[in-house]
Amino acid sequence: MKRFSLSRFFWSRFIAVALKEFIQMRRDRLTFAMMVGIPLMQLGLFGFAINTDPKHLPTAVINTDQSEFSRTFLASLKNSGYFDLVRVTESEAEANQLIASGAVQFVVNIPLGFSRDLLRAQHPTILVEADASDPSATSNAIAALNELARSALSHDLKGSASVAAGGANAIDLIIHRRYNPEGITQYNIVPGLMGVILTMTMIMMTGLAMTRERERGTMEHLLAMPVNPLEVMLGKIMPYIFVGYIQVLLTLLISTQVFHVPIQGSLWLLLVCVLLFIAANLSVGMLFSTIARNQMQAMQMTFFFFLPSMLLSGFMFPFRGMPVWAQHLGEVLPLTHFLRLVRGILLKGNGLMQTLPHLWPLLLFMLVVIAIGLKRFKRTLD
Amino acid sequence: MSMDVAIDVHGLTKSFDGKRVVNNLTLQVSRGEIFGFLGPNGSGKTTSIRMLCGLLIPDAGSGRCLDYDVIRETAQIKREIGYMTQRFSLYEDLSVRENLDFVARIYGVPNRAKVVAAALERLGLAHRRDQLAGTLSGGWKQRLALAATTLHNPKLLLLDEPTAGVDPKARRDFWLAIHQLAAEGITVLVSTHYMDEAERCHRLAYLSYGQILTQGTPSEVAAGSGLATWIVTGTALMQLAETLQGLPGVAQVVPFGGALHVSGSDTAQLDAALEPFQSRSDLSWTRAEPSLEDVFIQLVSAAGERAA
Repeated sequence: MKRFSLSRFFWSRFIAVALKEFIQMRRDRLTFAMMVGIPLMQLGLFGFAINTDPKHLPTAVINTDQSEFSRTFLASLKNSGYFDLVRVTESEAEANQLIASGAVQFVVNIPLGFSRDLLRAQHPTILVEADASDPSATSNAIAALNELARSALSHDLKGSASVAAGGANAIDLIIHRRYNPEGITQYNIVPGLMGVILTMTMIMMTGLAMTRERERGTMEHLLAMPVNPLEVMLGKIMPYIFVGYIQVLLTLLISTQVFHVPIQGSLWLLLVCVLLFIAANLSVGMLFSTIARNQMQAMQMTFFFFLPSMLLSGFMFPFRGMPVWAQHLGEVLPLTHFLRLVRGILLKGNGLMQTLPHLWPLLLFMLVVIAIGLKRFKRTLD
Repeated sequence: MSMDVAIDVHGLTKSFDGKRVVNNLTLQVSRGEIFGFLGPNGSGKTTSIRMLCGLLIPDAGSGRCLDYDVIRETAQIKREIGYMTQRFSLYEDLSVRENLDFVARIYGVPNRAKVVAAALERLGLAHRRDQLAGTLSGGWKQRLALAATTLHNPKLLLLDEPTAGVDPKARRDFWLAIHQLAAEGITVLVSTHYMDEAERCHRLAYLSYGQILTQGTPSEVAAGSGLATWIVTGTALMQLAETLQGLPGVAQVVPFGGALHVSGSDTAQLDAALEPFQSRSDLSWTRAEPSLEDVFIQLVSAAGERAA
């Protein structure tokens, strides 16, 4: 008898708690939206945006041999689907600048006298320079390249010349994996992690710092005192810039000492870029804190921002493997530009000139977010 | 506007989600006065105070607070007032001294270290200076909040239910401190729903459903109510209360310890209704001044009838 009544009470209490939980869940609209939104976003990003076999990689061509053969070779490059010939030039310096700044992934160099040497069966050389700072972005294209070199000219050389040219080995293909010749994945991932860590912690910390004031009721007192929004925002951001630099120095120390990631460029330039990136993330956190009603919501919003940052920035998957819409989306995110900055400076030894194209989008992003944040920051409790 | 008036507002109105929380608030408070803001929960006391210190923008109305416009000059107002929130709003994870130091820096108080040390001393918080504010008991938290509110020598203090949940001894000390501040020329506007605290104010206003029902000195309020009150002592008072409740002219019957307070707004009608009971030997009747509580309850039920 006693047993029966106990189990009956268990059910009613269990129902009571479950019911209460459902009611509270329904009241918290943002949490509910996140529960639906995050799986949708993941499906969308993983399903449509991510592609580990990137094609249409921007390629610059240095062509000093304007012949039928070089045209055929370039056409077959294009037809492979892996290479988009975005720039044909005769200047090696220009091509160098393009690959350093990240505007192109490959530089194909067809030397002067290519067709002459080909016809004389002297195995002319085609030099392909690949930006191998992200090994996964280039490996399939390089594999396709080897196949191409064997077969591309076989049709043109059919007949008399083909015999003379030595059949399949007509061309000497030299592939130069720049910036990361051994294709070490850590070289790419470890500097990128710096950006990922900063994105996660900076946004979350500032998001929480502000909503905490509201949740604990200290906001009312703060607003009743003579302090303006800019003072509050900057004052709240400053300590986290300090924290961010500690994280950066820690990551750099481990990168170089444990993973032997080279620092080719200027450390000082990197630290300046870091400042801008930290500030951009902190401004996002501030903006979230003006929207979120409590710390829980601030956490959720951080995650909602963090997920596409990880997936669309080129950190986990090659940026150029994504469809155009996803690339456009990725271009907005601070992490995308920071990855290019940090990889450029550490692996490529980029200087100020090559970093500028990725600095201004960060700055623009930050200014826009701060402007929205200040507009949303309420001086009153309305 | 004369220099003797600290608060002078007209027709302040505020709605939230279409519900009018404060309706047409008109209020004058003189400098150096302790002005009590009374009313039941949800009557609009907090909203009114927040409008006076610039935390909320009124939907309608205008006025001046310390000679600054309450709508346009909120930044100046904030510099010269001290606002003590209903809920403890200092940082629980900062120590007592760190909290005061933070507030002093925000207000740009000169000689900060000295001022903070003096405040700690004055409020008897010196030996708790390194204790985290979150670990203080209710009475100490309230003392700390008052110290933080007065650090920058404000001309006007807005105290929102400062004594809620504080023991009687701490409440008494707190009111002593408020009277001392007023004697120094500081204007104090304090909200409360304790009637004994109402009697300690120089003047007071009673709010209900966002509207001021009456204002004046405690004795003016009592006299102006036109309420007549009898105090009955004797046996079987609860049965008597039930009998009296429905009689014409009897507005309210309220037990106070071993006595009943019987009040009505029409003296003649009340006396006539009570006549038959006054000859009973087991009861003794005395005529009394209505207490503020009698007056306010009468006001609220009258306002409720009008609203219904």
